[in-house]
Amino acid sequence: MSKIHVTTTINGEPAEFLTEPQMSLLDILRDEMHLTGSKEGCGSGDCGACSVIMDGRVVCSCLVLGVEAEGKDITTIEGIANGEDLHPVQRKFLEHAALQCGFCTPGLIVATKALLDRNPDPTETEARYWLAGNLCRCTGYDKIIRAVMDAAAEMRGA
Amino acid sequence: MSSLSYTAPTSVNEAVGILAGAQGLAKILSGGTDLLVQLRSGRTKPDIIVDTKKIPGIMGIREVDGGFVIGAATPCSVIGEHAGLSAAYPGVVEASGLIGSTQVQGRCTLAGNLCNASPAADSVPAMIAARATAIVVGPSGQRAVPVEQIVTGPGRTSLAKGEFILEFHLPKPAPHSSDAYLRFIPRTEMDIAVVGVGVSLTVDAAGVITDARIALGAVAPTQVLVPDGAAAIIGSKLDDAALAKLDAAARAVCNPITDKRGTIDFRIKIAGVLARRAATIAYKRAGG
Repeated sequence: MSKIHVTTTINGEPAEFLTEPQMSLLDILRDEMHLTGSKEGCGSGDCGACSVIMDGRVVCSCLVLGVEAEGKDITTIEGIANGEDLHPVQRKFLEHAALQCGFCTPGLIVATKALLDRNPDPTETEARYWLAGNLCRCTGYDKIIRAVMDAAAEMRGA
Repeated sequence: MSSLSYTAPTSVNEAVGILAGAQGLAKILSGGTDLLVQLRSGRTKPDIIVDTKKIPGIMGIREVDGGFVIGAATPCSVIGEHAGLSAAYPGVVEASGLIGSTQVQGRCTLAGNLCNASPAADSVPAMIAARATAIVVGPSGQRAVPVEQIVTGPGRTSLAKGEFILEFHLPKPAPHSSDAYLRFIPRTEMDIAVVGVGVSLTVDAAGVITDARIALGAVAPTQVLVPDGAAAIIGSKLDDAALAKLDAAARAVCNPITDKRGTIDFRIKIAGVLARRAATIAYKRAGG
């Protein structure tokens, strides 16, 4: 079987890879591009650990075929920080201890960035609903939500 | 798995040709939020995946003559952001917004929700209540099919080989019309409907209901219309007597199963309750 050649943009850089039809974007990111920050939790779109931003919308990369990345603009957790400078969302997750095992954290940070890009001043209820597809089995979510709300406030300059 | 191929046709004719000529099982890919799960679990083993998203016009929403055309591969997040559609058909928009998480919303589509043919699909009762029509394209051309005629049973549709849905049409709403969708789930988010109810209705200047349509989900192998419920509230101002008749009519059409999400008795009871509540919301939205 012939592989399919895909040209895309990942974290602002042009990228290309070869994929088989059934391979997910998550498979490509982790196994071909060696961007292992995106995690595979469930593989069925329930947990959000594989969240990436594709053309401005947060999606589960396990529910996107690698071949569908053709011509898209993709941001993974590796593209959130500016070099050594953590993104405010990343910093606030650390300050609020909004993680324990850390497996869900990349997906939560990517999904939070997508929320704040779209809605800089979410209510706590809006934040909780937006992040309902990101499962965390450690924290009980409370510290995560505090980190999200504090990051939003800082980014608004409040 | 090794024989699987992928293609992304750039016109309706090309897509129909590929689907009609496919050897083995061809599966349509639009949002992929059901297909990729089924691929991974082995529940479906297609020989070819036909990605429709490169067909011009299949993504996006257009206002046409006061009604709406929704491309079959339009993500539900885009539907939720459309101001005109949200004003005219809040029930269709709230139903499509209930499908999955934010991440799933960025990909999932009305056509996928319909053609996956789950009895519990949230958008389907709302589309049926709103008199949505699916534009089906295939080897014998194009046909307009009322949404309630697409699903024939769990996982089964009336689409023939080579056919797929190109877009949905929602008619221009009559003045003082609106709609609503409610579902019961044990959680507050990220769950599958135990019962879903879509109601669309029109009132006159005095607040009397002149037209109504009610559809139920997750209470039978397919979504079901409740014509007796519509008849019960037409001519009323949705008083308690009309609501009681609507409740009884909704319960009467249920033919549910007992599963881990709910028993037969519970589903029947809830169908009546949600029909009353959804009708009340639609009535207020319509200005009644």
